[in-house]
Amino acid sequence: MNLTLKVWRQKSANSPGRFQDHTARNVMPDMSFLEMLDVVNEELAERGEEPIAFDSDCREGICGACSLVINGIPHGGNAGTATCQLHMRHFHDGQTITIEPWRARAFPPVKDLVVDRSAFDRIIQSGGFVSVNTGGTPDANALPIPKVDQELAMDAAACIGCGACVAACKNASAMLFVAAKVQHLALLPQGKVEANRRVLSMVEAMDAEGFGACSVTGSCEAVCPKQISLDFISRMNRDYLKA
Amino acid sequence: MNVIQKLFRSSLGKKTIMAITGILLFGFVIVHMLGNLQIFLGADVINTYAAFLKSKPALLWVARIGLLVLVGLHIGSAVQLSRQNRAARPIPYGDAKHPGASYASRTMLMSGLIVLAFIIYHLLHFTVAVPGVNLLGASAQLPNGDFLQLKDATGHQDVFRMLVLGFSNVWVSGFYIVGMALLCMHLSHGISSLFQSLGIRQHFCGQCLDRLAMLLAAIIFIGNSSIPIAILLGYGR
Ligand code: HEM
Ligand code: SF4
Ligand code: FES
Repeated sequence: MNLTLKVWRQKSANSPGRFQDHTARNVMPDMSFLEMLDVVNEELAERGEEPIAFDSDCREGICGACSLVINGIPHGGNAGTATCQLHMRHFHDGQTITIEPWRARAFPPVKDLVVDRSAFDRIIQSGGFVSVNTGGTPDANALPIPKVDQELAMDAAACIGCGACVAACKNASAMLFVAAKVQHLALLPQGKVEANRRVLSMVEAMDAEGFGACSVTGSCEAVCPKQISLDFISRMNRDYLKA
Repeated sequence: MNVIQKLFRSSLGKKTIMAITGILLFGFVIVHMLGNLQIFLGADVINTYAAFLKSKPALLWVARIGLLVLVGLHIGSAVQLSRQNRAARPIPYGDAKHPGASYASRTMLMSGLIVLAFIIYHLLHFTVAVPGVNLLGASAQLPNGDFLQLKDATGHQDVFRMLVLGFSNVWVSGFYIVGMALLCMHLSHGISSLFQSLGIRQHFCGQCLDRLAMLLAAIIFIGNSSIPIAILLGYGR
């Protein structure tokens, strides 16, 4: 199939951006969205034009590098998948696809579809860790943890830090990401020790980066490739108020 | 960090303020509605009820000032948060969609501001009773167009007739119904959202909370709108 791509092109952080039309020819339904862009980029490179810059790494939904707002929806709107796991069979011949970067003040543009997500790293640096000396690996089951807490902590730990939650939110709020990163530690005994300090400083760091606040619209949960639940935001709110 | 700083500085704290003031205002709206619905029990009942409220000026003023503080805190936080939210996305999307987000949840500031306009009109209309805003003019039934001069047989202020006359104007009734519709929309998201702001959503099912919010919002709408609608249809006239 052949597709028209309306792609956001922006030379650098400080130059103005605009949409530019590109054509994707002979796209196979089994290609992933990123492979389709690779093919377009090869053609552009052959013609001596500047390829479209976009982020990707693992290409199997585990690293959180890929981004892209596709037809207005971060990661393209298929439940529980990242852009790298989106296949072209979800599109039809002749379709026009709009491709934009994550848009948020806290994610400044780098080039084309690439934005700088280091705000997330700084939030993690402010407290998203456990300060213990790593000795030898403890024996399995040496530290009993209730099954429910294990499961919840694992659900929260599934966050790959992609930032789709911010991109989808009308307020560009990072609450889902921060909640996941606060809760996957707070639910476990190793993380509980620093739970109060952690939630206070991570929320403070989040506000300082210029993300918006939560209006509980649920867009974040709808686009999250790891389907992190809004409940984690509620748990974080409770922990914050208690701390 | 002390509590005051936490509540007034951080985005989470401001949402806590919104939630607590929101739930208290919602409580007031319910009680106020139950008071109003006494109109269907006849003129005596509602006039006696009004006279009872007026006979406790200390209580009345504590409630009034309390409500003013609640509304002030609610709007203050709403405006601050909305500004932060707007600033968080300086470049808008070319193709903006809102997956999973209800219309009500995206328009809380707008519905809130219209409700505010309604509250101001409502206070001028029936509480302060500025004659100019009732759109009725002077008549034999309503000397000087002033609601406060209406008295019933026992000398109490005649709230029943005030409501019947006030809502006999289609434009006024229409604005009340629109105001209630917007409040209904505001609450259809707000009542569910506050569970999250207060950190207790995880104990309930999310969908049930959304449904509960819609149900309560609908009750507010139907209960309050039934009064102007009944009067337009001839009740009490
Ligand atoms: C009778 C009057 C009102 C009631 C009962 C009410 C109730 C509520 C409730 C329960 C919430 C949810 C709080 C939360 O998510 O934790 C809310 C949110 C909100 N209210 Fe009101 N409200 C009223 C009037 C207003 C007014 C006059 C405004 C005008 C500015 C307003 C603006 C907002 C905004 C912007 C939010 C959403 C905040 C956010 O999620 O970012 N409300 N309201
Ligand atoms: S919460 Fe979901 S959408 Fe947000 S960063 Fe983590 S994985 Fe991505
Ligand atoms: S490229 Fe790693 S998650 Fe998509």
